[in-house]
Amino acid sequence: MHSSADSNAPIISISASRKKAILKKMIQIRQFEERAGELFHQKLIPGFIHLSIGQEASTVGSCASLRPDDYIISTHRGHAHILAKGADPKYMFAELLGKKTGYCKGKGGSMHIADFSLGILGANGVVGGGFPIMVGAGMSIKLRKTDQVGMVFFGDGASNRGTFHEAANMAAVFKLPIIFVCENNNYASTSHAKVMVAGGSIAARAKAYDMPGYTVDGSNVLDVLEVVQRAVDLARSGGGPSIVETATYRYRGHFEGDRQEYRTIQEINAHRMHRDPIARFEKLLVAYNTINLDYIVKIWHETAEDIEKAIHFGMESPLPAPEDALKGLFVNS
Amino acid sequence: MRTRQISVSKAIVEALTEEMQRDESIFIIGEDLVSHGGIFNQFKGLPALFKDRIIDTPISETSIVGCGVGAALTGMRPIVDMHFADFVTTAMDEIVNQMAKIRYMFGGQAKVPMVLWAPDGGGISAAAQHSQSLESWFVHTPGLKVVVPSDPADVKGLLKAAIRDDDPVMFFQHKKLFGKRGAVPEEEYVIPLGKAAVKRKGKDITIITYSRMTSVCLEAGRRLADIGIEAEVIDLRTLKPLDFPAIAESVQKTCCAMVVHEACLTGGFGGEIAACIGEELFDYLAAPVMRIGAKDVPMPFSPVMENFVLPQVEDVCACAEKIMKRKRK
Ligand SMILES: Cc1ncc(C[n+]2csc(CCOP(=O)(O)OP(=O)(O)O)c2C)c(N)n1
Ligand SMILES: [Mg+2]
Repeated sequence: MHSSADSNAPIISISASRKKAILKKMIQIRQFEERAGELFHQKLIPGFIHLSIGQEASTVGSCASLRPDDYIISTHRGHAHILAKGADPKYMFAELLGKKTGYCKGKGGSMHIADFSLGILGANGVVGGGFPIMVGAGMSIKLRKTDQVGMVFFGDGASNRGTFHEAANMAAVFKLPIIFVCENNNYASTSHAKVMVAGGSIAARAKAYDMPGYTVDGSNVLDVLEVVQRAVDLARSGGGPSIVETATYRYRGHFEGDRQEYRTIQEINAHRMHRDPIARFEKLLVAYNTINLDYIVKIWHETAEDIEKAIHFGMESPLPAPEDALKGLFVNS
Repeated sequence: MRTRQISVSKAIVEALTEEMQRDESIFIIGEDLVSHGGIFNQFKGLPALFKDRIIDTPISETSIVGCGVGAALTGMRPIVDMHFADFVTTAMDEIVNQMAKIRYMFGGQAKVPMVLWAPDGGGISAAAQHSQSLESWFVHTPGLKVVVPSDPADVKGLLKAAIRDDDPVMFFQHKKLFGKRGAVPEEEYVIPLGKAAVKRKGKDITIITYSRMTSVCLEAGRRLADIGIEAEVIDLRTLKPLDFPAIAESVQKTCCAMVVHEACLTGGFGGEIAACIGEELFDYLAAPVMRIGAKDVPMPFSPVMENFVLPQVEDVCACAEKIMKRKRK
């Protein structure tokens, strides 16, 4: 197993504008999620939602290494992945609100957002449902002889599904261009990864499948980018799959309304205060004079405005007609 | 018989507590059971009472169900929690090829006394992968018993019977019913599998239903009474074994019938019942047997569409009226 990027290493050499774009994306995701939570508690969003506040660096760092024509598959906690791959928040809010203008015309909801035109092959309500599908996308890339790659996101909990092991083996056997990104936020609903993941490391499982496995600090976006970029480069150049495990943390409950009896408020606050991925990145960028405080205030402000506009779009959009339920089951219906 | 009003959730906890105290070979296994007493609080209090017998697992449904099968074969009485009924798909081999067939295939040498407890059904905006009613798949698999209760008293009595049963039982617990309250006897009782219940008496039309649709049909029964139609509502409670004599007794009296279930219409259990009525009771029928089920699409997320897909009280009333109009005198 390879170890994480050395945290004392100099800030990786990407342009200032890319760093700014990464910061902006993390802030957009944070604000999207916070507002989605509020709308849910105002009973405007039906069903249930899983937020990924606290995990922004893991997601944005991973997607920052992808091209627009690459694929991702997301999970039940998928808003961030989808935004990071470039989805438009207004169609996402419309979907969360059950509106006709949503990405899935109101048929999917929070757990099932996709934008196939952006290479987003869908969020998934079945934990571990995405692995085998990504094997298929990888096989398709190979057969079509393109240099695309596919990134499948999953949680620590999902690593225990048989589908993970079958897919990892198959990806390795066929040398498919797949990056398995495990966002280890310590918990699968109420269960701690320490208890449920034998051996403790998901990246270490890579060894069994003869592929590189990396563990990286998931609250440091540049570390994530650097490591995932390595895995992406390998996949793109025909070197086959890798597993990247990001150590991350979710601040909110498993779903909104979760009583969270399995952890303490102190634990959550410790992460928020000392390991917040956005605060850390802002500090770093300021320390390196990439940006100043005014700039930070400006991005938060601009992003908030855009999010409000997106919510407005969703709120003002029409509901589907009841009969729309019958449309779209087959290609010609 | 003395009763008190309790919820379905409470009825589940009572049934499990009583049975686990009675029989040490019973254990419950699944995801997220211990810290919150299950994701629907369905096992609230049990982890404290039965420490080592409530087992949290990794997210590994294939092996969770398989674990139930293996433990059942070797002297235990597992209750496997499926989290959501939709996830049976991730353990279909264990359910369909193993759990259901082992006893028969090995010439009756072994028994598989286990309960697969699965919260099913829609109506909570949980969308396509968390809202299904899949009971007919398992009715179509010889070797399984299938329970579909509708109220607290039935849940308690049937869960106890399912646990005591020496064969594998699929216990489908509708998610929207956890909070439903009803009269439950004070003293201990068991409701045998395979006994339907007449939940409303009537002479004009027989409405055969189960699970959450029972309360929908009872409401329809009240509305139909206002326009002079006396519907008899039969809650099947278990689909396998099926209490066909209860259906026959009612249809011989009313001479017409309809079946209502939440599962989608095509290939649903309603077709089976309609066929049985046609075969056995043709001479009594004064109108065709009609079926109501969800529309044949995956469950859409947006409530306007979900409500349209799911059978409503109005649909049941309209269908009953249609049958009554056609009914030969
Ligand atoms: C096959 C399957 N089993 C169980 C569930 C219920 N469930 C939804 S999310 C979840 C926990 C997932 O944990 P993890 O993979 O770590 O992802 P996280 O929620 O932490 O992002 C569970 C058990 C499911 N959706 N699908
Ligand atoms: Mg997790």
